[in-house]
Amino acid sequence: MKQLLSIDDLSENDIESLLDLAASFAEVQKRSVPKVPALRGKTIVMAFFEDSTRTRSSFDIAARRLSADVATFAAGASSLSKGESLRDTVETITAMGVDAIVVRHAHPGVPGAISRYTDAAIVNAGDGRHQHPTQALLDAYTMREALGEIAGKRILLAGDILNSRVARSNISLFTRMGAEVVVCGPHTLLPPHRDGTMFGYPVSVVKNIDDVIDSVDVAYMLRIQRERIAEAVIPGIGEYRSVYGLTAERASRMAPHAVVMHPGPMNRGVEIDAAVADSDRSLVTQQVANGVVVRMAVLYSILGPGRFDTDDERAVVEDLNLVDTPDPAEGEESGSDHVDPAPQDSSTKPDNASDPATKVKETA
Amino acid sequence: MSTLVLKDGRVVDGNGDRIADVVIDTDSGLIVEVGKGLGADEELDCEGLVVSPGFVDLHVHLREPGMEAAETILTGSRAAARGGFTGVVAMPNTTPSTDSVAVVEQVMAAGRKALCEVSPSAAISVGRKGEQLSPMGELVHAGVRIFTDDGNGVQDAKFMRSALEYAGGLPDDGRPVVLAQHCEVEALSKGGVMNEGEWSAKLGLGGQPAEAEDLMVMRDIALSRLTGVHVHFQHVSTAGAVAMVRAAKAGGLPVTAEATPHHFSLTDAACASFDPVFKVHPPLRTDADRAAVKAGLEDGTIDAIATDHAPHTDESKERSFDEAPPGMLGLETAFAVALEELDLPLADLLALLTNRPAAIARMTDTQGAALAAGRPANIAVLDLEHQWEVSGAAMSSIASNTPFEGRSLRGRARHTFYKGEHVLANFEVTR
Repeated sequence: MKQLLSIDDLSENDIESLLDLAASFAEVQKRSVPKVPALRGKTIVMAFFEDSTRTRSSFDIAARRLSADVATFAAGASSLSKGESLRDTVETITAMGVDAIVVRHAHPGVPGAISRYTDAAIVNAGDGRHQHPTQALLDAYTMREALGEIAGKRILLAGDILNSRVARSNISLFTRMGAEVVVCGPHTLLPPHRDGTMFGYPVSVVKNIDDVIDSVDVAYMLRIQRERIAEAVIPGIGEYRSVYGLTAERASRMAPHAVVMHPGPMNRGVEIDAAVADSDRSLVTQQVANGVVVRMAVLYSILGPGRFDTDDERAVVEDLNLVDTPDPAEGEESGSDHVDPAPQDSSTKPDNASDPATKVKETA
Repeated sequence: MSTLVLKDGRVVDGNGDRIADVVIDTDSGLIVEVGKGLGADEELDCEGLVVSPGFVDLHVHLREPGMEAAETILTGSRAAARGGFTGVVAMPNTTPSTDSVAVVEQVMAAGRKALCEVSPSAAISVGRKGEQLSPMGELVHAGVRIFTDDGNGVQDAKFMRSALEYAGGLPDDGRPVVLAQHCEVEALSKGGVMNEGEWSAKLGLGGQPAEAEDLMVMRDIALSRLTGVHVHFQHVSTAGAVAMVRAAKAGGLPVTAEATPHHFSLTDAACASFDPVFKVHPPLRTDADRAAVKAGLEDGTIDAIATDHAPHTDESKERSFDEAPPGMLGLETAFAVALEELDLPLADLLALLTNRPAAIARMTDTQGAALAAGRPANIAVLDLEHQWEVSGAAMSSIASNTPFEGRSLRGRARHTFYKGEHVLANFEVTR
């Protein structure tokens, strides 16, 4: 895997492999020192042209747990604001000697455009309304953890689909992994959908959330932005909650096993009632926690010594260097940007053999 | 008198399609004679080549004054010569806007040194803001015949009605004015950077619905009926617009329309690369729209091929798709793309590039008419078989934003004569 621009770049097998790898890293998370030297000597730049505290923190923590060096490049939403072209900005970052650039930008397509100006690997951390591939992966991971598998599940995606990069990535991933996706939201906030497809994937649209709430396995609620009222695409917040919101009353009609998800940040009392967000059904905090391990898997797959290889999934696990100690050479420059895989430590093998990835695999 | 004969070419113009010689007086810049077995001081072998009246482009952005980093009148005229064009209508969205006699005269002065005839259009409204009428009477007196706020449409229906009535009633020299409209209802297109449809949905880019164009075409057809004044529809790009223009013409209304090579050859699927070279207004549409535009050209509904040649610097196109300015180069590729895409006899195809646009631009005194003794020697010599690869860097424009980069095309102007001057010789401009 050279970079990650869109969830569409990943095959179903790629996605499974990444989720398995993330499960291995979940094991690391539980250790007293939750850090592995896998990306020691690698430099990752967080290029956030749009504010995003949570995604940036998640990538930052993921990179540091892999022992990568992390720098942050925060710029205004518009390259024009500084008079510098996107190309100059990226060439400047590249000239500092970086291995990967994690890009968040308000405008669709920018991560792909940037990849034309640099040899560094690009990871899309959200580009306008276009894509948010690591969000889709962490949602899939969370769903797999909670429900065992994604195939065959019925997922309600509710709210502002038109303006949501999360929806674009998730509809691709969920449908390709075999889930049935049902969409419900104000029709001013739905993209063109004809012949039962949306963004080219099979999706059914329902007008009444109450018709489906009792039959879904997942209710995935999207954030509604108050600006939509000024744009005259929705009448008001109160009406939004009553027609499209996941109220406590609606949540009470969900199946016992069914779960609730939200990409955050939530508008409590608007698209989701506070009681629902805090209920046992809610996977919101698990989504955030899983974001770190999924992003570790993505960064490792792009920059790690074994590199993610779909043709030889086992090789990924073999190459995983999950030593349970902090990097002994910390602070010491090796003078080489090549990271030698640490010697195989047989004591780590049992960990690997019993890692959650294997368990999840068995249930899948 | 020194003369040059274009020998044994296939002459295709309003007088037909035949093998003939064309003798030019290079001193006076006029055609001396068209016929068989003619001689002259010098000879240019045109056997196997097509000799046509020079092309006329109703729609080019030459960027002067104000944006000379992307194009000047001189460099744009070189691109025109390379495309076989001997006459172009310069759009008024310059800086400052071409909304005064002073700017018109500046464009005309630079045009006198150009490699083709440069006819400035002028803005309908001061600053192209749609608030106050430009001094149309003075502008007509200075020689302007096309008014347009191109880059933007005139949003207010009452304002457009006033502009049509006022301009239509001005004293002229028998060549009545034309009001040309960039059809886009901005309230509906606002926030859109590409065509609204399945591609914009998937890419997360803001869409402009086809209806933003359709509604203004519909309105201006009604205003043309109301005022009786000629409305010309610029860069028609939707199936709906083509159908409405067809119906309006059938109803006898004084409307004309142009279409660009990019709208009849490319679709919004090209935007999937997020490459801003494909950002243009009106946006590249669906395949059904593209087919409708082609059909409109083929059945005569659309009167002319116009390029909407819109140079932008590399650095301005190296922004995000949202931020990059809309527009693409067109002069050097128009003929080859038309030849490739349109299913028309050569004479009909050439009419879309010669006499028909010349009539709309009120340039028939100098451009577009059949080659004949006494006419200005504005001539394109076309090599229909020449295969070439498009390269923005190799073009004469300062900018290089061609959407056809790397494409192999067939057909190209080999020679262009402007007022008898050999401005393009074997694909190369001579000055």
